Amino acid sequence: MSFISRGFRGKRRDVASSSRVPPGQHVVDDFPVLSAGPTPRIPVSEWKFVVEGEIDQPRSWTWDEFRKLPAEHVTKDIHCVTKWTKLDTAWTGVSVDTIMEGVETAAEYIMAFSYGGYTTNLPLEDLTGGKAWVAYEFDGQPLHPEHGGPARLLVPHLYFWKSAKWVQGLRLVNEDQPGFWESNGYNMYGDPWREQRYWGD
Amino acid sequence: MSSRGPRLLIWQLGEVAELVPQTPRVSSLVLDVPAWPGHLAGQHVDVRLTADDGYQAQRSYSIASAPEDPHLEITVERLEDGEVSPYLVGEVRKGDKVELRGPIGGYFVWTAGDPRPLLLVAGGSGVVPLMSMIRHREHTGSSNPTRLLYSSRSYEDIIYRDELDRLAAGGDGLTVAHTLTRMQPQGWQGYARRIDADMLSEVGWPKAEMPAVFVCGPTPMVESVASTLVDMGYDPASIKTERFGATGG
Amino acid sequence: MTVTTQQSDLKLDGNAIGGLLREIFTMEMTTAEGTCANCGAVHAVGQVVVYLNAPGAVVRCPSCDHVLMKIVQGRGRYWIDLTGVRVLEFSA
Repeated sequence: MSFISRGFRGKRRDVASSSRVPPGQHVVDDFPVLSAGPTPRIPVSEWKFVVEGEIDQPRSWTWDEFRKLPAEHVTKDIHCVTKWTKLDTAWTGVSVDTIMEGVETAAEYIMAFSYGGYTTNLPLEDLTGGKAWVAYEFDGQPLHPEHGGPARLLVPHLYFWKSAKWVQGLRLVNEDQPGFWESNGYNMYGDPWREQRYWGD
Repeated sequence: MSSRGPRLLIWQLGEVAELVPQTPRVSSLVLDVPAWPGHLAGQHVDVRLTADDGYQAQRSYSIASAPEDPHLEITVERLEDGEVSPYLVGEVRKGDKVELRGPIGGYFVWTAGDPRPLLLVAGGSGVVPLMSMIRHREHTGSSNPTRLLYSSRSYEDIIYRDELDRLAAGGDGLTVAHTLTRMQPQGWQGYARRIDADMLSEVGWPKAEMPAVFVCGPTPMVESVASTLVDMGYDPASIKTERFGATGG
Repeated sequence: MTVTTQQSDLKLDGNAIGGLLREIFTMEMTTAEGTCANCGAVHAVGQVVVYLNAPGAVVRCPSCDHVLMKIVQGRGRYWIDLTGVRVLEFSA
């Protein structure tokens, strides 16, 4: 056993074995900001959301158009691969089912891409069936840029790196291609309940 | 001594020989590190804390002591919602052991023997690695003209205040200019605002002197000072920066 | 499309990963000079922009923000993407 620092406890870590907390995670009260680069600042007047790729007719919405889509309020637990879990987070956004309504595609995978260059890959079926949203409010307030505003992807059943901040669009693709973190050691799928953090997990 | 370091970086234990409060939020830890390989002014150590359940947290701290000093000194600012700093400044006692590795860093270093005039610009705890340079300069009897411009929130927040006063009064070519950005004591004669181009012109060397410049502190301050100096015509290659980030730990 | 970024983002520089790079390369790397594969700018590793508040370390070019390196550690392994650095120069 390595050296132990007398009296060091670190931040309060509730590693309580709760059925809501995936293995290896601890619950936090704050909302940590993680960042791989400068925070994009996108004026909503210039914001656009697109669905493109293996699709007959690509779709796009301006901010005003997007805000007219039926929205949902959802409360979800979120799990970051850096081991924090935040319970009962409240979001407002458009279900990906709504965004994909009427889309005809044989593609089975999606590459989500963001302002600033971030990407993350997901199976299409993990974005549909009431499992994912494009969220623009957190806790009843407009989503702050440091948390991904104007809008971010929200996919709570997977590790939170899949919930791409500053999301710009979804690209339908035939093959699962690794995104920003998936190409650098992180798991292609990322199920927190099976602790799929890294390659080979 | 080569800045590459003589061997592989290993975790080693240092024993706290002394705790020296510097300001209400800042203390120095003076450490006895038996296998310490020596260091250069400006380098840092990584400190690792381990809880009894195996949880670990790691942070980097600049070395405050000169290479010539017998003990290794690090100076730590206690951050309110920090994880490591409240342990190092608050819990740690004389006799405790601290796990560290170093020295690290070959870019942000100054060695006596560099004949250029020296401009050191510090924001808050960014003064720590610059203090190592100032102490190294004193130990080696260097006389290259050196100017420290040091920004603090208030008079009480000036780290190494008395030592800097003493060294500046020593008459060996070191001058210290303070700026207090939030609060100033009655009768304060020094600067009372964020570092800007005018202050740098007044305190710094004219660019024709081609000084070596070291800037250290919070990221926004370092970037502002560095870009101001470049706009003023200083050679970017002569400006070395170390950012401490908006938060530490 | 204007994407403006805030100056005071949580960013550090190459000094902050000095220890990590020393673990990986087994030598001091902050004085090594890297050429950005995107814009060609040459910067000492000590000068490059580093984001550590992430699932891994992301190192970016100070001139153009292009990702120079990504470093992830987990399950006893490192994953390092150096494709953003066209060439790295350091003394033997």
